[in-house]
Parts: sequence; C-alpha cells; structure tokens
Amino acid sequence: MSVLEVAGLAKSFGGVKAVDGVTFNVERGEFLALIGPNGAGKSTCFNMINGQLTPDAGDVRLDGRSIARLSPRQIWSAGVGRTFQIAATFASFTVIENVQMALLSHRGEVYRFVGGVGPRHREEAIALLDRVGMADQSYRSSRELAYGDVKRLELAIALANDPKLLLMDEPTAGMATKERNELIALVKRLVVEHGISVLFTEHSMDVVFTFADRIVVLARGRLIAEGDAASIRANKDVQAVYLGTGKVFERKGAARPSGAQAP
Amino acid sequence: MTIDALLFQALNGLASASSLFLIGVGLSIIFGVSRIVNMAHGSLYMLGIYIAYSCATHIGGAFGFWGGIVISTLLVAAIGAMIEIVLLRRIYRAPELFQLLATFAVVLVVSDLTLWIWGNEDLLGPRAPGMTGAVEILGRRMPTYDIFMMFVGPAVLLVLYWLLARTRFGRLIRAATQDREMVGALGVDQARLFTLVFALGAGLAGLGGALQLPREPANLAIDLNLIGDAFVVVVVGGMGSITGAYLAALIIAEIKALCIALGAQTIFGVSFNFSRLTLVAEFLVMAVVLIVRPYGLMGRAQGLIRTLAIPEEPVRAADAMTKGLAGIVLAVLVVMPLASAYWPYATVLGIDMLIAALFATSLHFIKGPGGMHSFGHAAYFGLGAYGAGLAVKAGGLSTMPALLVVAPLAAFAGAALFGWFCVRLSGVYLAMLTLAFGQIVWSIVYQWETFTGGSNGVVGVWPQGLLADRSIYYWLVLALTVSGVMFLRTVIFAPFGLGLRAVRDNPLRAAAIGLDVRRIQWIAFILAGTVCGVAGGLYAFAKGSISPETIHVGRSIDGIVMVLLGGLQTVSGPVIGGPLFTLLQDTLIRQVSYWRAALGIVILIIVLVFPQGVVGSIAHWRQWLAERARRPA
Ligand SMILES: Nc1ncnc2c1ncn2[C@@H]1O[C@H](COP(=O)(O)OP(=O)(O)OP(=O)(O)O)[C@@H](O)[C@H]1O
Ligand SMILES: [Mg+2]
Repeated sequence: MSVLEVAGLAKSFGGVKAVDGVTFNVERGEFLALIGPNGAGKSTCFNMINGQLTPDAGDVRLDGRSIARLSPRQIWSAGVGRTFQIAATFASFTVIENVQMALLSHRGEVYRFVGGVGPRHREEAIALLDRVGMADQSYRSSRELAYGDVKRLELAIALANDPKLLLMDEPTAGMATKERNELIALVKRLVVEHGISVLFTEHSMDVVFTFADRIVVLARGRLIAEGDAASIRANKDVQAVYLGTGKVFERKGAARPSGAQAP
Repeated sequence: MTIDALLFQALNGLASASSLFLIGVGLSIIFGVSRIVNMAHGSLYMLGIYIAYSCATHIGGAFGFWGGIVISTLLVAAIGAMIEIVLLRRIYRAPELFQLLATFAVVLVVSDLTLWIWGNEDLLGPRAPGMTGAVEILGRRMPTYDIFMMFVGPAVLLVLYWLLARTRFGRLIRAATQDREMVGALGVDQARLFTLVFALGAGLAGLGGALQLPREPANLAIDLNLIGDAFVVVVVGGMGSITGAYLAALIIAEIKALCIALGAQTIFGVSFNFSRLTLVAEFLVMAVVLIVRPYGLMGRAQGLIRTLAIPEEPVRAADAMTKGLAGIVLAVLVVMPLASAYWPYATVLGIDMLIAALFATSLHFIKGPGGMHSFGHAAYFGLGAYGAGLAVKAGGLSTMPALLVVAPLAAFAGAALFGWFCVRLSGVYLAMLTLAFGQIVWSIVYQWETFTGGSNGVVGVWPQGLLADRSIYYWLVLALTVSGVMFLRTVIFAPFGLGLRAVRDNPLRAAAIGLDVRRIQWIAFILAGTVCGVAGGLYAFAKGSISPETIHVGRSIDGIVMVLLGGLQTVSGPVIGGPLFTLLQDTLIRQVSYWRAALGIVILIIVLVFPQGVVGSIAHWRQWLAERARRPA
C-alpha cells in the first residue's frame, strides 16, 4: 500500500504555475527520487506535502488520511520528517541540543518550565547522531559545523520522531562526491533496515540512477515521466529536458547553494 | 448630533489628515530605501517647529512666517543629511535593534540641544499672516489656516508622486524600495542616494513641524509623542508607500473626527463619551490593520532582510567562577542596608537598581532567547504598578497581596491580550505593534482620570506595616528580584526555553519538528510580562506614587538600553545592564544638566564600540585570552 498519495497537486505564485496537477505515490519502504531541472517545482511540492504551503488544488494523503490542509506541526506528528534544501538547524544550539529539541517535541515535553535540558534523552540523541555518523561532534556548537555535517545533523533531527516518511530536499547539496555517496548510502540503509519511506530530490544523476528505487520527473511544474532508472534514462522527454535539446525546458539558473550537476 | 456637525468634523478631519501625513510620509520613504526605522523622526519634526518659531518671531511678518517654513524645511533636511553621513552610514549592516537604538540616541541628543537653544518653556507661534480669519461652513466657523492645511497634504502627495514617477532620483528611490541590493548592482552611488533620501524624509518632517506652528506650541515633549503617530501612519499605510501613508492618515483622522462628532452617546442605557477614544483610536486602527493586512494597506511583504548578525553561541550553564562571583555579589547586596548609616541613599538607590535588574531581565527574556523586539515593555511595568497602586488605594488591599497577586495579574492580563496579536508578526512590524500597545495603555491611563488619576497619577502608595521600614522593603525587593531572575533563568535552560530559542533561531525548522511557534512565543510573552508586572508593583511602593510616566515609551527604550548594555546574547547580561544603567542615569541626572545628551552619547558608544554589551564583551575577552593561552607562542 502507498504511504503517500499525491493527487492533482497544484500551486501558483502570482501567474507562475509552480506545480501544475502533479500525481504520484510513494510505496512503503520505497526510496523515491523526485528530479527535474531548477525551478521545476520540486521544493514547492515538498512544501505542500509538509504543510508549509497550502495547495491551490489537489490532495495529499498519508496512509489514506488527507493531510493537505494541516499545519507542518500536525504533519510532523502524523509521522513525516523533513530536511530542507538549505539545511535548517538551530544555529545557537550544540549539535546534541538540536536532536534533543526534536526528541522533546516528539515526547510532548516542550512545555516544561523547570529542569535543565542537559540529561534529557541524551542517550537517544547520541544514538541518533551515531546513526548519521555525528556522535563524536555531539557537544560542538552547530554553527561551526561544515555544511556537509549540518546536512547530516538535519537528518538526525528529522529522524527523531521515527517518521514513516522522510522528505529530503537535496540532501547532498554542497557535498563532495565521496561524502554524497556515503550519505545516500546511509539513507538507503535506513530505508532497508527501518522500513522508512523516503522521497528525495537530487541533482546528481549518478546518485539517482544508482540508489533510487523509482524516479519521478518534473519539468515546469508538470510530471513528465515516472519509472525505474532504465526507463527514465531511455525516456525521450527526460533526455530533452536534461540534455538541453528541448529549449522549452531551459530556465534561467535560479540561485542555488550547490553546483547543480547535469549529467 | 446633526448631519451638519458630522460633515463639519469630517472636514476638520481632512486638515488633521494632512498633518498626520506629513508626520509619517518622510519616515516611510526613509524606511523604504534604507530599511532603517528612524526613531528620531519626531525630533526632526520638533526642530521644524522650533526653527519656524524663531524665524517667525525674529524676522517677523509674512516673510518671517512663510519664509520660515521654507527655511525650516531646508535646515531640517540638512540636519537629516548630516545625521545620515555621520552616524547611520556606519550601521546599515548592523542588526535592526542597533539601528533603532542609534536613532534613539539622536532623539536624546536633539532633545537636549533643543532645550539648550530654546529653553524649556512652551513657545506659541504667531498666527499665519493672511490666514488669521475664519470661514463660515455649515453654520460653523472654520479657521482659514485649517482650510489651507486640508490642501497641503494632497499637494505634497502630488509633488512626491511626480518626484517618484518622473525623476531619475524618484526612480532610484522606487527601485531601492523594491530591492535594495539591485541599486548597488546598477552602479548607483548608494551613499549619495541614501543621504539624499534622508534629507528628503527629514525635510518633510521639518515642513510638517513648521506648518504646525500656528496650531500648537513648540514644546519638548513633541519628539516622543510624535513617534507613535508617525509609526502608526507608516505601518498602517505600508512601509515605503506614500499613497498608503496618505490613506492611513486620512482613515485615522476621520475616525478621530467621528469620535469627536459622536461625543457623549447613550447606547443601551450606558452613556459613553466617544471623544475619549481619540487617543486610542489610531492604535486600534493599527492593530486591526496589522492583523488583517500584516504589511499595511498598500505595503508589500518585505523581501527577506539579510542581517549579517552572527548566530549566537550556545548558552551554557554558569561556570564555577561566575557562580562564585554571583554569590559574593548577593552577599554584598544582602548586607547593603547596613551601609545606610553612612550613606542613607544606598538603600534607595539599591531598590531602584534591583527593580531595574528585574525589569531588564524580563525584557531580555523575550528579546534575547525569544528574539521578539518589544518596544512597549513599559506597558507591563505600568500595569503592575497601577494594578498594585490601585489595589491599595481603591481596593483597600494591603501591600503584600497587592504586590504578589494584583500586580502580576494585571500585567498577565495585558500581556496575554497584547501578546496574542504581537506573536502574529515579526521583525520591525512586531516592534511597532508592541509600541502601539504600549501607547494604548498609556493613553487609557492618561485619559481615564476618574480611575487612574490621569496626569496626576496615584499618590500615597507607601508600603504598610513592617515593610514601611526602608531596609525591610529593600530586602523584600531583593528577594523578589532574585526569585524572578532565577525563575526566568531556569525557564531559559528548561525544555521550554530551548523551544523558545529554537523558534527564534529557525521558525521553519521549529514548525517542521512539531513546535507550535506562536504558542511558544505567546507563553514567553506572558511570562515576561507577568514578571515585569512584579517589578512595576515593587516600583510603585518604592516611589509612593505612580504617574503615566511609568508607562511612557521612554521607559520601554530605557529597558532596551539596559538589555543591550548588559549584552543581548548573555543570560546574565540584563542583571548587570539594568543596575548599571540606573546607576549611570542617576549619576548623570545629578551631575550633568544635559544628562539626556550624555546618555545618548553613551548609547552611541555602545552601538558603535561595544555591540556585544558589557557582559558580552567580557565573555568575548575571556575567550580570546583563553585561546591565546592555549596556543603555543
Ligand atoms: N515563494 C515563492 N514565491 C514566488 N515564486 C516562487 C516561490 N517559491 C517558488 N517559486 C517559483 O516556483 C517555481 C518552482 O520553484 P521550486 O523552488 O519549487 O523549484 P525546484 O524544483 O525546487 O528548483 P531547484 O532545483 O532550483 O531547487 C520557480 O519558478 C520559482 O521561482
Ligand atoms: Mg528546490
């Protein structure tokens, strides 16, 4: 059964149709890549799925229940974790406090006014950091971290509520190739070992074709192809978008924190 | 009330709208381009009135009056340009709060400069030559000058409109208002553009002030009283929009006129005097507009304002040295009343300093960990003070219940109500709204004479029984201050405090891990307000009387200076900053006749030289020394 069903999702900004009637599913335990050139509408899709934006039309269902008009907070409680394209952590916290915060929220312990945070859920936080290979940096201040480490910390935060679905917007942006492959291999392990379903966007085609179970391709807000690596590689429309033969798909490169890699 | 009376008041409203428009429009233009909220705008307006007064009386005649208006406009424009070149240019990249403070320092300096030049008497100017008569309209007499004023606003609006639409300077202003970075990219001399824009905005303030001369005496309170009006016009209209500013001025002036026209009415058997609402009306309009249209009537959502502030360091629990030091200080504080045998003033000053510490700590709580820049914290201080004072005078309660129950409860109610609105906004808009609520409380207290004593305030609020002894009262203040400070400190380190800091650091991330951003901020707002109420209650009994001064914007700003003096990013900062500020102010008031200017200069030094505050600078230093020691030479 599908964990996530996205049906006819649409969103415009002013006159621009950023997402235009997109429909796809994420199956349980699936590692699904959402790809497309800059400005295709990937982040906007993510923002609607996690409740940050309200869709103009369409529906999002998690385990059959509609979550399309819930707040990010409610969607998180329903079991959706999220990482952002530009990694979002709490810069004034230590690394471990970042994870402790998520754990406190998950346990409904935010409204406690006495008793320091220090020992609360410390072991669990370290275990989560260990999962992303950050345990040895637990007590560093998170604003001093290298960008790749911030991304991994963000993953640990997103895992704190045992999500059934993880949304990862360009988890490897700003990482070197080796680091990139390691992180994706790590996420893939989470999928296999813990049965988490992951929807991610990624600009490196190597990563996508090597790791993704299935691939959904967006261009100018529309879904243009869907399938496994081989079929996407062979798809004429996709080639047109990515190889630049179809000028219609070319957009002015939006400002991106990473070097986008077109294969 | 007749239709004629209503129409007449509506016409009057048009004249007031022109005044309001001139007050706000310059501020709006300046903000649009430079993103600086110029607190000194009221001071520029005040200078306009004074300069026009001097011209009108020294030169005299029609030329002195009308020429004086031109001279004021140009002179104030030049002063604005000078302020931009000497001060603001250095702080465009500083955090918002520092910009606000720097311009507030200008308020203080200008205030004393005006006092020095013109003295502290109210100065009533002559009537406008050629417009001394009145015209009969709808059976009532309307001064000719008011009719002239009706047309001034729209005329200035048209000129500005032409300037913005047709000239290169205007096009640059519009471009910069929409996207500040773009102007730099166009290869325009930004520094010159900003200077000119400041001159334009300041000149408009000067013009507004000068035109007001026949209608109100020049006086030293104008600067602060006007900031509220100016902010309201800008925020309601939408920052950077001149048409919005006129629309806002018109709406506010007409609503006020309607209140006056309605006068005393009986509704459902209850008689109510609507003219009382005039002071509050504009702030109510602002609150409603901000909630319905958070960026004002004609404003657009601000592009993300990039601040270059470095993210804060993690807060760490106090180390042994800090704890030891705190213990020593506390011990000294406990035995301090014994010194009063040699220095009787010690206890009095000590009480003031402790209250300041509690006040500053409560403000720091929402500013530092909460990241909400309140410009109206005096409201909760005032609610606590008036709550306690009235509980004793009107309610017949004794000191302790008034202090421990009524004061915090009154502040709690205010903070819960106002905070609910405030947490729906952020940044400059939140700052403006807190200021507006502060002014609402002030206006209500000022106008509700039968209950609050109006401008006389409440007198004879002395502590009773044992507490009548100064030393014992001092110990009570000490105990409550220490408890309050420790309480807020505990909360900062508790899960809730972590949540509050999380929301400040990154609201998006916070919401994405299930934190209820608004609710957390609201609770923080209420906690801070309630603790501040206790400080207010203590203040009432320490002074024996309360006046509307207790709630004035001046106190809110004092609080901000206290917090910054201690350092925004340190938990223990306000405990030092509050008392230090009180000591400084106390000393300055007694030693220096122009203490406001001196205080202004102190603030400028903080902003330009010690942006991290005293405690922050010490911490920075210690870290630097430690790092040097670790590094082999
Ligand atoms: N808040 C917004 N306001 C206006 N337009 C927006 C907004 N967010 C996105 N857009 C526009 O919507 C379109 C889709 O943007 P989106 O960020 O979803 O693309 P993306 O696929 O994530 O691109 P990238 O690979 O660069 O991250 C773009 O044209 C973008 O300019
Ligand atoms: Mg994106």
